[in-house]
Amino acid sequence: MARSRNWTRWLAAATLAACTGGALAQTVKVGVVLPYTGVGAEFGQQVDRGMQIYMKLNPGAFAPYKVELIKRDSKNPGGAAAKTAVQELLAQDKVDLLAGFIYSPNAIASAPLATAARTPMIVMNAGTAWITNLSPMIARVAFSMWHSGYAMGQAAANIVKAKTAVVGYSDFPPGKDSLHAFKAGFESAGGKVIDEIPMGGPGQVPDFTPFFQRAKDKKPDVFFVFVPAGDHAVAVVKTYAALGMRDAGIKLIGPGDITQDIKLQAMGDAALGLITMHHYNADLDNPANHRLVAAWKKEYGADAVPDFMGVQGFDGMAAIAHVVQATRGRVDAEAAVKALKGWKYDSPRGPIMIDPATRDIVMNEYLSELVKKDGRLVQKNLGVIEHVKDMCKELKEGKCAQ
Amino acid sequence: MSLHEAAREYATRHRVRAWEALPWLAGLAAFFLFPNYLAFGTQVLVTILFALSLDLVLGYAGIVTLGHAAFFGAGAYTAAMLAAHAGWNEPLSGLAAAALVAGAVGFASGWVVLRAQGLALLMLTLCTMALLEQAANMGAAWTGGFDGMPGLAFRPIAGLFEFDVLYFRSQYLYALAVLFAGFVAVRLLVYSPFGRSLTGIRENVLRMHALGAPVRARQVRVYAFSAALAGVAGAVFVQANGYVNLAVLGLERAAGVLIILILGGYGRLYGAFVGALVYMLLEHSLSKAYPTAWQLGLGLTLMLVALYARNGILGLAAALRSRWSGR
Amino acid sequence: MDLASILLGGLASGMVLFVVSVGLSVTMGLMGFVNLAHGGFAMLGGYAVALAMRHWGMPFFAALALAFAAVAALGVLLERTLYARLYRASELDQVLFTIGLALVMIAGVTLAVGPESQSIALPAWLRGQTDLGFLRYRSYSLALIAAGALLMLALWLGFERTRAGAQIRAAVDNRRMAESLGVDVRRLFTLVFALGSGLAAVGGGLGAEILGLDPQYPLRYLAYFLIVVAVGGLGRVSGVFAAALVIGVLDFVLKVEFPKGGAIFIYALAMIILLARPQGLAGKRA
Repeated sequence: MARSRNWTRWLAAATLAACTGGALAQTVKVGVVLPYTGVGAEFGQQVDRGMQIYMKLNPGAFAPYKVELIKRDSKNPGGAAAKTAVQELLAQDKVDLLAGFIYSPNAIASAPLATAARTPMIVMNAGTAWITNLSPMIARVAFSMWHSGYAMGQAAANIVKAKTAVVGYSDFPPGKDSLHAFKAGFESAGGKVIDEIPMGGPGQVPDFTPFFQRAKDKKPDVFFVFVPAGDHAVAVVKTYAALGMRDAGIKLIGPGDITQDIKLQAMGDAALGLITMHHYNADLDNPANHRLVAAWKKEYGADAVPDFMGVQGFDGMAAIAHVVQATRGRVDAEAAVKALKGWKYDSPRGPIMIDPATRDIVMNEYLSELVKKDGRLVQKNLGVIEHVKDMCKELKEGKCAQ
Repeated sequence: MSLHEAAREYATRHRVRAWEALPWLAGLAAFFLFPNYLAFGTQVLVTILFALSLDLVLGYAGIVTLGHAAFFGAGAYTAAMLAAHAGWNEPLSGLAAAALVAGAVGFASGWVVLRAQGLALLMLTLCTMALLEQAANMGAAWTGGFDGMPGLAFRPIAGLFEFDVLYFRSQYLYALAVLFAGFVAVRLLVYSPFGRSLTGIRENVLRMHALGAPVRARQVRVYAFSAALAGVAGAVFVQANGYVNLAVLGLERAAGVLIILILGGYGRLYGAFVGALVYMLLEHSLSKAYPTAWQLGLGLTLMLVALYARNGILGLAAALRSRWSGR
Repeated sequence: MDLASILLGGLASGMVLFVVSVGLSVTMGLMGFVNLAHGGFAMLGGYAVALAMRHWGMPFFAALALAFAAVAALGVLLERTLYARLYRASELDQVLFTIGLALVMIAGVTLAVGPESQSIALPAWLRGQTDLGFLRYRSYSLALIAAGALLMLALWLGFERTRAGAQIRAAVDNRRMAESLGVDVRRLFTLVFALGSGLAAVGGGLGAEILGLDPQYPLRYLAYFLIVVAVGGLGRVSGVFAAALVIGVLDFVLKVEFPKGGAIFIYALAMIILLARPQGLAGKRA
């Protein structure tokens, strides 16, 4: 009798050890799809850095589970290369989670694969509003053009007290999204958009002078501009200054894409007075952000700075850590998506939440003005709008209605 | 004449050699050996077909074009728009429609631009493609513009084989079958009298004119045929991926297929196979190993092949073979 | 919008195109060599300017001169060791080689400096606006116009009034004849290649404000440079100048009046010109 009890006890102990031992050895594989070369390499680098800094600042976030990042280059915004990379991550590497996606076409192309493989997909930048509708596996920790556009429209009317606006936008879907968002917000608050100027494509940076000249001739109160983050934004600011539009009484406003932190200092004094609306800038005054900026500069150099893409990578990693913990290292689709819905986090950009209804992000939007402080360009906070949702899906505009 | 003799005679006339079965056997073998890489495999097959169509105009008719993606894209968008806007999502007839539209575009543009030569012709083909790309962007309501048209669903091939979203199994075999059909068509064309006159045009235009051969007309015809084939490649691409966007009309795709063909060896039919396989395999494996630096390895390879091989890899192989077989 | 502003704006962007493309035109015209890595030399020049200004505190124009010299020297090195081997190769092999070289340059710059785009801090007197009396206009644009015009003049004098220039023109028109007359064409090739690359470098630095500066530069603007060269006529400086200005001004005007038209007008215009005059605006009928 004693022997069989010893046996059972031994068996129970062994099984327990095997189970916990198995869980301890469990590695969660995350497929990261970012442009490591090509057009968006700079942005891919920012998101990647954000992910690394999160892991550096929160070394215990995944314990006792291990996480393995398998990185694949999405190469270009064409969709096909990203799709092939995702297919192999799912079929060959059998990843538990997908993350990354700077460009909307790449996220759009990959959505059906995530659905078919029942693998959660954390979108860390792609901003086309209806992306989250494409698959029940998608959760976005980034933004949609409507977050900043609609809020800016309202703020332009209510805070800046503008009555007329001209909108300049790059002629591709995020630009058109931004236009519609701003127009919806501005006109619902009593303003009037008097001209809409498409300003070339997202590829090469066009010479903005003719478009800005046309806007200047219309004499609006504000000139709302959306161009892709990066070189376009720098050119916009320089053209604004070169044409003397500020002296003509026209304020330049836009989403924070045009004042991306990594490009800010290059803009020089031409950018002073710019008013932007965005979910993040490196000068935000909260403890989490101070910690992020300090760690960033320590790791990547005093001239390096996090920007909205960096913080999206950071928050994305936080979301992944939450999923891993909530599902105890066994990331299955149902449990993971359930864990993501309604997830709240104190991010460097303020409190964020994943909307359980749309799986899109709900966050603060900050109205800021560029001023000079200690010889550097700094964002001064003019106001905060809390709990901002993607208004495209709220209002069921166009393709967001599906 | 017995069947055996007839087959022998046919093979001799068309110079079919035994080893020509190898690429197709290899393609089938890959299906079983690399079941998790079939999405990549499908991309390779589509690119081979596209490069084959380019070889017709470049290798055989001597027309250098930087705008062949215009026809790839025309076929791609035809298949996509038929499926999305007209509810016409039967794949095989979609291919036929794509071939027709792309061929028509090829005929029209060839008729206009083939009066030029050299750098002017090169730029004219580039501008044609760029115009189509701009038009596709302007018609974003129909084409989806930069973000493209997601969620394209097609009916099973021949009513039997469903498109496999995750593993690309039926897509791969579908692409292989279409490539085979396309290859047979190209081969027949090249070894036909029409094809031989193309070679004549490529080698010595003046003499062909002197012989009274309708040079321009022949060039436009082969250009249109090649465009139709490129359109088929584009349609397969769209059907396999269920997605299309402006990149199908872009310079990156057009320049890419040109590089692939030169790398493999143009005017040699199999240059398309070798070039696409080598280039894409290299790109694929290098970018996995060195996500940030793979372009260096690829660039160096291109430079080395250009310096040491006349007419690409197949050209190099031919030169080595003739040296070893003794001269 | 008044005529003067339109003209000035178009002239400025045209001038940038001219400065970068003229080297490509002369190289292709003289050497018959399809150098698709030309944009890479422009990029390297721009990076040289940006880095020299940032790390050594060099002033803008000194940095431009340094960029010219450094990239021209690199051009000589590459021409002697690599390009020369492909003079007898087919054009397609030249395409293969130069695209490979462009990829190497892109990857090299990314590895050495990083994927971030670079900005060049213009000297204070170039930012802001200048009062011309009848109009206030962007100083930088005016400077570009002046620089382009000076370059055109210098090149014209060089080609028309010097012996080397005459030899180059002769070799562009008929290489065999020039060789049989005792012109050392090989040495000319090296000289022209160095000049072309150096000019591209200056264009890269001068135009960085308009065209930007990042590792993707070489391939992004390649189509534009090729169109300017083709429309202008191979090997003809005056042709490139005219083509760059026509394209620059018309592009500008059409964008002001019809912003929704996109880049369609440039491509359509180029096609019309090339169909009507395949040899380019200033080219000789073959």
